Amino acid sequence: MTTSKLRLYSFAAPSRFYALAGWLIPLCWLATLGFVAAGLYIGFFVAPTDATQGEAYRIIFIHVPAAWMSMLLYLVMAFWAGIGWAFNARMASMLARAIAPTGAMFTFLALWTGAFWGKPTWGTWWVWDARLTTELILLFLYLGYIALVNAIDDVRRADQAGALLALVGSINVPVIYFSVKWWNTLHQGATISLTAAPKMADTMLTSMLLMTLACWAYAFAVVFTRARAIAVERDAHAGWVAELAKRTIKS
Amino acid sequence: MTAIPLAIADPGPSFTEVFGCVLQRDLKLASRRRTDALLPLAFFMVAISLFPLGVGPEPGMLRDMAPGIVWVCALLASMLSVSSLFAGDHADGSLEQMLLAPQPALALALAKCCAHWLLTGLPLIVASPLVGLLFGMSGPALTALVFGLILGTPILSLLGALGAALTLGLRSGGMLLILIVLPLATPALIFGAGAVGTVEAGLSASGHFSLLGALLIATALGAPLATAAALRISTE
Repeated sequence: MTTSKLRLYSFAAPSRFYALAGWLIPLCWLATLGFVAAGLYIGFFVAPTDATQGEAYRIIFIHVPAAWMSMLLYLVMAFWAGIGWAFNARMASMLARAIAPTGAMFTFLALWTGAFWGKPTWGTWWVWDARLTTELILLFLYLGYIALVNAIDDVRRADQAGALLALVGSINVPVIYFSVKWWNTLHQGATISLTAAPKMADTMLTSMLLMTLACWAYAFAVVFTRARAIAVERDAHAGWVAELAKRTIKS
Repeated sequence: MTAIPLAIADPGPSFTEVFGCVLQRDLKLASRRRTDALLPLAFFMVAISLFPLGVGPEPGMLRDMAPGIVWVCALLASMLSVSSLFAGDHADGSLEQMLLAPQPALALALAKCCAHWLLTGLPLIVASPLVGLLFGMSGPALTALVFGLILGTPILSLLGALGAALTLGLRSGGMLLILIVLPLATPALIFGAGAVGTVEAGLSASGHFSLLGALLIATALGAPLATAAALRISTE
């Protein structure tokens, strides 16, 4: 206890992680609320109406952050699952499992808001565009991971099998993206190009980045909450959980 | 007379010998249960013949859809049959014994994939020209279909074996395996079915075949290692 240096490894212990996450969760929620309020205010009241798409474009402020989060969270999940498998770090595996539902939620949100955006601008809910298709397959990858870890009763085996699947999946995502992209250009000429979007107004970009930060803060808050629940559930018979229960009953 | 060292580490059978043994054993087992071995092919044919009934007998449309139908049915036939790849050995404990052996589990995983491909992929490839004729495909398109399947079905067996190893002994293993593996198999499906499309459009499909071949090489190098690791995880 004499070392003043912060040792990051110490938070690999579920009891310490529990305390740290419990301290961070309110801060994350606070940050979420702040960023959402700022992002939505700029998005709705400051950002100008788009010349071609009218007001419908404003869905970008949730759509793009959700799509970014969906891809990022898959990599983060695979990373922590891999760390948990390689170093037998229990907390890392629990974190990976806590990330999966949030990642799947963001993927679904990106698809859903994409459909809402597509209807007024493209005139259709869905296009078999490379990005949309890859996002859909990413959702299936998330669902496969969640289904696999939930189907295995033995926690250790579930974590390791999930880690292997997540790592294989993360290697595959770029391959899937490029194959879908090529398939798409072959079968139907590029009907809609998202890449050649006109230059964005600065206020739009600001709002989008604020919403992205809000999504980050939200993801941290939710993942920490879920990881805490998983840690308590798995360590139900450990001393620190018993102490925790005692303290909770007293207070 | 030279002294014989007491503890000679017997290297045991080599990698290729283990590979050969497991492959031979699986093929022999299949030959003893011929109906079981023919089931994937039967499923493939039945599933394919359902499509004209479902979408209507219009020849032009069927010809356009044929490569996709053949590929999707091959994918499903592979995934449904691969779930039993390790199941029997797992149930009677022989899988654990094989993994306990000093030889790498990689040889086992590779041999199992090869056996699965010989028993499922190969019959599908042989049957595919017949299916193509049923759907009125032209000669060059048929060739492209068969060549694509030759390169693509091993990928399905390799990925399927990984899924089978991960879902070993689980309650709803079969369904789970399909959910896990199908997203990973989309590139093979795209290039395999796409090759036929380009040939029908009068273009060269060599690009598709190159990519399919690259996919096969990458999968053959990576998937058996992952399968071996998954077997160790599942039998721990």
